[in-house]
Amino acid sequence: MLATLLIVFREVIEAGLIVGIVLAATKGVARRGLWVGYGIAAGVLGACLVAGFAGEIASLFAGSGQEFFDAGILLLAVGMLTWHNVWMAGHGRAMAQEMKSIGTAVSKGERPLAALAVVVGVAVLREGSEIVLFLYGIASQGGTSSAAMLLGGALGLAAGAAVTALMYYGLLAIPAGRLFSVTSWLITLLAAGMAAQAILFIQQGGYLEYFTSTLWDTSWLLSQDSLAGRLLHTLVGYDDTPNGLQIITYLSTILVVMVLTRWERARHPRRRLVAAE
Amino acid sequence: MRRLFLVCLALAAAHPALADGPIALLLKDHKFTPSQIHVKANTPVVIHMTNADPTAEEFDSTALKVEKVVAGNDSGDVRIRALSPGKYPFMGEYHPDTAQGVVIAQ
Repeated sequence: MLATLLIVFREVIEAGLIVGIVLAATKGVARRGLWVGYGIAAGVLGACLVAGFAGEIASLFAGSGQEFFDAGILLLAVGMLTWHNVWMAGHGRAMAQEMKSIGTAVSKGERPLAALAVVVGVAVLREGSEIVLFLYGIASQGGTSSAAMLLGGALGLAAGAAVTALMYYGLLAIPAGRLFSVTSWLITLLAAGMAAQAILFIQQGGYLEYFTSTLWDTSWLLSQDSLAGRLLHTLVGYDDTPNGLQIITYLSTILVVMVLTRWERARHPRRRLVAAE
Repeated sequence: MRRLFLVCLALAAAHPALADGPIALLLKDHKFTPSQIHVKANTPVVIHMTNADPTAEEFDSTALKVEKVVAGNDSGDVRIRALSPGKYPFMGEYHPDTAQGVVIAQ
């Protein structure tokens, strides 16, 4: 049972962290719970579909279907995270101002909420499909031990939910004035890490095999298999043996998000003045 | 017909990728055979994994940077990058207590 708990927890933790960040980033926006709920529900549904058709997906693109599918949904998430940050750069300060003056949730933020719901859906789908395959395997073996193992799975899910709560309340401990810039940075690094991971999947599928040699090895310092390594991998894309194209992708993603954000902020000078008052 | 066969044979022998061929890896009863895979260092290879179990398994290795789900009673290719000499452990993520193996590059 403990083994099952750990395996499920390992999978849930990534989605849990991302949901926690999204909830913190959207604090005070009306109907965010609903949107995050949509994201989770769509993710679970998608996970079951992906698990059910795992063989079919894998056999696409000359056997590299799974790699391209993973890369595709990761890049979709990268796009949505980028869009959220850029949109917020233009409207975030005005929204914060409105929130302060009315003292209630604002309804304006629904557009980036849809983007973040997609991100939540993607995170749940990726990790969820592995959990479904794993638990289905246990259930189909039958016997007396499978009940205990399914219980372990449920506890693993609960532990993952606890990570979400920790991440959320941890972020809320940050003073409200700085929360916005902290979550913006977290989302930027999340996007960069996902983009680098997508590149790895594409390379695993046999394409973009440039700069593939490992640049450095920090596994002696912090193994990516350790809990801390795994957490950092999810949060900021930590990789103990990155290759050249991963690093290039990681840095370019950060650069693109920063440039787009500044450009968008410059397009909304009036809102900035209002917020500065 | 026989001549065609000979031509194919000659072509196959001349093609370096075919000469190396994918390495067969079998998963049965949640155990890998062989559990030690020897590869040439600095040369990319392909492992063709056959999952003879009825349930899906994920070939998972942080060291090899591979996560690949192979459905039950199915098979799939796992691409291994050019490795510097060393040991690279891998496991079946859904049965990590029994499904263990290592790629040794030398």
